[in-house]
Amino acid sequence: MLKSTVPPATGAARAPRRARFRFMPRSPAFWFLFPAVAALAIIGIYPLLLALYNSFHRYKLADLAGGTPFVGLDNYTATLADPSFWGALGRTVLFLCMTLPIEIALGLFAALMLHRTALPWLRVAARVGLVIPMATTYAVVGLIGRLIFNRQFGVVNYLLSFFGIPPLDWLADPTLAVISVMIMDIWQWTPFCALILLAGLAMVPKEAEEAARLETPKWSKILWHLQRPYLLPGLTAILILRSADMLKMFDAVFTMTRGGPGTATEFISIYIQRVAFRLFDQGMASAQAILLLILTIMLSRLYIRFVYREAV
Amino acid sequence: MSTSTDTSTSALPLSLRARRARNARRRATLWHAIGLLIVFLSSVFPFYWMVTTSLKSQADALAVPPVWFFTPTIAHYTDALFEHDVAQSLLNSLIVASSATFLSILLGTPAAYALARFEFRGKEDLWFWFISNRMVSPVVLAVPFFLIATKLDLVDTHIVLILLYLTFSLPIVVWICTDQFRNIPVELDEAARLDGASPWRVFWRINLPLAMPGIVVSAIFAFIFSWNDLLYALVLTRTDAITSPVAATSYMSGYELPWGEIMATGTLIVLPMVVFALAVSGRLVQGLTMGAVK
Repeated sequence: MLKSTVPPATGAARAPRRARFRFMPRSPAFWFLFPAVAALAIIGIYPLLLALYNSFHRYKLADLAGGTPFVGLDNYTATLADPSFWGALGRTVLFLCMTLPIEIALGLFAALMLHRTALPWLRVAARVGLVIPMATTYAVVGLIGRLIFNRQFGVVNYLLSFFGIPPLDWLADPTLAVISVMIMDIWQWTPFCALILLAGLAMVPKEAEEAARLETPKWSKILWHLQRPYLLPGLTAILILRSADMLKMFDAVFTMTRGGPGTATEFISIYIQRVAFRLFDQGMASAQAILLLILTIMLSRLYIRFVYREAV
Repeated sequence: MSTSTDTSTSALPLSLRARRARNARRRATLWHAIGLLIVFLSSVFPFYWMVTTSLKSQADALAVPPVWFFTPTIAHYTDALFEHDVAQSLLNSLIVASSATFLSILLGTPAAYALARFEFRGKEDLWFWFISNRMVSPVVLAVPFFLIATKLDLVDTHIVLILLYLTFSLPIVVWICTDQFRNIPVELDEAARLDGASPWRVFWRINLPLAMPGIVVSAIFAFIFSWNDLLYALVLTRTDAITSPVAATSYMSGYELPWGEIMATGTLIVLPMVVFALAVSGRLVQGLTMGAVK
């Protein structure tokens, strides 16, 4: 990823390069950038190289007596043949496909509500309210989930009882556990979608919007014909960033269900964490981490391509 | 809205139409108010429930049906802080998050300045590399970092967490500050250079003070992200350096869960973050999308 951006630090390599690159150790840009780039290279790239190296070796922390022999692509073929890896990845993708449309729809609803100019006080309250889920520590989101979805005293079952629904054991049933994790994710991330879409709505020229409102009272028509193009860049950002976030999703799920019951909520990051730190198979976990990294790099390329097109 | 339409009840087509329009507007306002209220209540409710549970006695917290009005107690806070040693973990979180924030400002602002001001080959690639770091799943780095930390005997220290938190706090400082430096007129730099100031001096004496608002915002983001981490701290700390999110999950091992204490710990962790997030609420989206959406 770095390509030619980091100039050589050694004096020997300096001289011949000076002729070819405008970015030289002598230039101030180098000294401004060097500390940050060096720090990120050491903490961000070196561990990845180590993971790559370990992924080609047998490396079981519980059984190091046999050393860590080179095993070629064994860890990768084992991972790709492992139904629990595909299960975790499949659950993650399914979770994304079910959760994201709801977050976008609810976010759009909230954004449209906040975009209207009337009721300033209520609008400020809702705007402030939206910040709270985003600021809540992910691990605590999971703890709140455990509290409100509790079978006996949880407030969710209490509220459902008004509709005649008997108490559900949310976190013990595989399907319900996924739904309750979904609900907490929707709670936390809908505001993010809402604020991005709200920023898009604010880009619509005021005159055009006023003219459209005189033309038609239907908000759906205005949304589709006038506001839609302004929402698209934000929507692309949401799609890619949320996809990357789902691959990272760990904290809230870990504190809420620990991946259970069974493997019902064992998403990809939880699964890799279990292989590395519960089964102590570093070689296998490294191979899985590298595969996950490849997915992530593809996503970030997409982000740069479609969202950052004009940013730099 | 004119008051004349209120008094005239005659069925004249014109006033009828005016009244219909007024009614329609009132209905729209009503729906708007209900919509905003739903947005507000659904965002705040789980948070509200956490805070109130932390203030309830254990009997009230486990009551069926839930109690809405109760005599508040702060017993769970003192228990959590001093008996469960959440105080130490909060201190650890504070040390780790503020060190990571300080380091990322120290390293990140010059880099951001260079990205905003200088032209050089590979600039775009460098910029994209910084961005890509935001997307990397923590578990990808946690696996090799655990081995490195074990080898260097850094497990359960503040240093290892500070270093790991740089992987996301440094990029966020770079993105936000690059944007900030770009907004400072380049003429100021040129004038100072003509007066004989060195590039470093131009950065330090002119640009840094002017970029302060952006730097503060980026520092708050770096702090929030570092404070909120669970995975790295879970993997790399044991007893001495555990951060508050890890302390909050450690209640989960018992049979009868002390819900009041758990929620008190949660409140202590989240409340400062809510204050910080509200302080930068205007730029939350910019921070979370790495400046792509403003």
